[in-house]
Amino acid sequence: MNPVLIRLDNIVRTYHIGEVDVRALRGITYNVLRGDFVAIMGPSGSGKSTLMNILGCLDRPTSGTYFLDDQAVSGLSDKSLATLRNTRIGFVFQSFNLLKRTSARENVELPMLYADVSGKQSRERALKALKLVGLEGRETHNTNQLSGGEQQRVAIARSLVNNPSLIMADEPTGNLDSKMSEDVMKIFLDMNREKKITIILVTHEPDIAAYANRVIHVKDGLINREDVKLDIGQGGTR
Amino acid sequence: MKLKRTIRIFKLSFRALTRNKMRTALTMLGIIIGVGAVIAMVSIGAGARQGVEAKFNAMGTNNLTVSSGSRMTGGAQSGTGTIPLKLEVVQLILDRCPSVAFASPVYQTRNQVIFENKNWNTLIQGVNEDFDIIGNWTLDSTYAGRFFEQAEVDSGATVCVLGADTVTNLFPGSDPIGQIIRVRDVPFTVIGVLKAKGQSGGPGGSRDDMILAPYTAVLERLLGGGTLTLNSIQISAVDEESTDSAMNEVTELMREYNKLEPGASDNFTVRNMADIAESAADSTNILTVLLGSIASISLLVGGIGIMNIMLVSVSERIREIGIRMAIGAQKIDILVQFLFEAVVLSVVGGILGILLGFGTSKLLHYIPMFATITTIVSTGSVLLAFGFSAFVGIFFGYYPASKAAHMDPIEALRYE
Repeated sequence: MNPVLIRLDNIVRTYHIGEVDVRALRGITYNVLRGDFVAIMGPSGSGKSTLMNILGCLDRPTSGTYFLDDQAVSGLSDKSLATLRNTRIGFVFQSFNLLKRTSARENVELPMLYADVSGKQSRERALKALKLVGLEGRETHNTNQLSGGEQQRVAIARSLVNNPSLIMADEPTGNLDSKMSEDVMKIFLDMNREKKITIILVTHEPDIAAYANRVIHVKDGLINREDVKLDIGQGGTR
Repeated sequence: MKLKRTIRIFKLSFRALTRNKMRTALTMLGIIIGVGAVIAMVSIGAGARQGVEAKFNAMGTNNLTVSSGSRMTGGAQSGTGTIPLKLEVVQLILDRCPSVAFASPVYQTRNQVIFENKNWNTLIQGVNEDFDIIGNWTLDSTYAGRFFEQAEVDSGATVCVLGADTVTNLFPGSDPIGQIIRVRDVPFTVIGVLKAKGQSGGPGGSRDDMILAPYTAVLERLLGGGTLTLNSIQISAVDEESTDSAMNEVTELMREYNKLEPGASDNFTVRNMADIAESAADSTNILTVLLGSIASISLLVGGIGIMNIMLVSVSERIREIGIRMAIGAQKIDILVQFLFEAVVLSVVGGILGILLGFGTSKLLHYIPMFATITTIVSTGSVLLAFGFSAFVGIFFGYYPASKAAHMDPIEALRYE
């Protein structure tokens, strides 16, 4: 298996707003190894959200190549991108993005609906994932009956059920207090260490970014700086 | 797309509808009323058609009528001149047309008829002894009557058979058999009473308002005798299948008798009762189409209601659409989910509408205003209305569903 999970080569993303071209990403080249834990930091307008969308296969770069799991993403159809998001990527958002008036278990089962996992198996896998994030006994609660931290844990369980190669977390602690944030980050850390799941985390809080092995700073559409935790010291190349 | 996935998406759609019960019910109501109206209106049209057909069948569908003068087309008479219809033609038709079973001359005269102190103006028809068979007339069995016989026709006997309406007017509550009525001072003995046929489809009102008598007696005693022109000749074919060949044979004979050159147009008319029945039924078809079209408009409005509510539903659930797309739903999954909602609305509404339409058409004649209307709910109209409602669901549901399916997941996720 190729140790490099993500290969970005000169990624450019330009938006046309009216007659003005806004270059959100101006040529990003970066590799992420399997099992790594990367935090992306940067001020608003730096292009980190755009980078996140491209990494999460929600958007395509204007130019440049992106390989995920040895697959070229840039030229894929909407349908193939949807399949890729479904099977290879798990998403965790700042605002949780769970379905309202729907139970925790059903929310976790959702990705498996689009992966054609049988009803019985989805239920088993959903219950297992909820147990893993410490929500045993909360399966039938509707999402609006859960606290913010619990909701985010449901979202993490949902991101895990299809055994993705990559979890994209966009400000996952942005709506949580420090205690809940710590709980959520511990789960991420466990996933990364025990299950060897690659995690890419977008945050603007330095103490959250500190959980990651390496932190990349995006500024004006380019990677400005990379901090590597000394005790890991391997991987990413520019 | 896999069947299991489709079934599970269908369940999602169904659940979304049960969540907004009031909204779902009101949207469905549009379709229920639309489908119900189509079925009820078409059933009125079909009832009218059947009524007309039944009346013409009572006259006998293997009947032909020969009259002098060419056929009227658009109010203008074509062809050259009019040749009087002679009595001897009846015998010629009987002798030379193998497809003809019976033929009777018809002399008509409208006269005042008197019995004791009552009098009544009615149509007196001079016919032969086979006219009851030709006209599909039966005797009213509550009276011990009979139809006149050949001997009476040959001898010019002054006997008569009364139509049901003349009995009610001249003999209210008494037995007319054996009584003597007077027409222009000529006494006619009543020997039978015909069973009522009811209103005719065309002008002239009731077909029971008339008296039948031997043509010989009518010609000699009422019309002054001589070689008077017949009003018409009534013919019945051997059976319904040979009606067309009888028509051809009679036409051929008449052309020959009137010495028409080949290519010259007919100066007489042979009409087929089945054709007349058909054209009358056609006019009721127009009524059916008209009523159905008006009702369809309400179905269309119901469809617009579905589209409206689906657009609201899509814009309310932009975030949900974004979530589903982010975690791997394909465009088609989203499309199907929303399309199903519209189709469930229209199909369930359609089924309830069928019940409403059926109920309405059954209960309609309990309303005094519509008491005389007969209604027939045909399978065709039910299938048509149901199919149309399903089509309306797909047609009006497609645009909102496609709008949902073509959202950009990033925009949809960001939507507040």
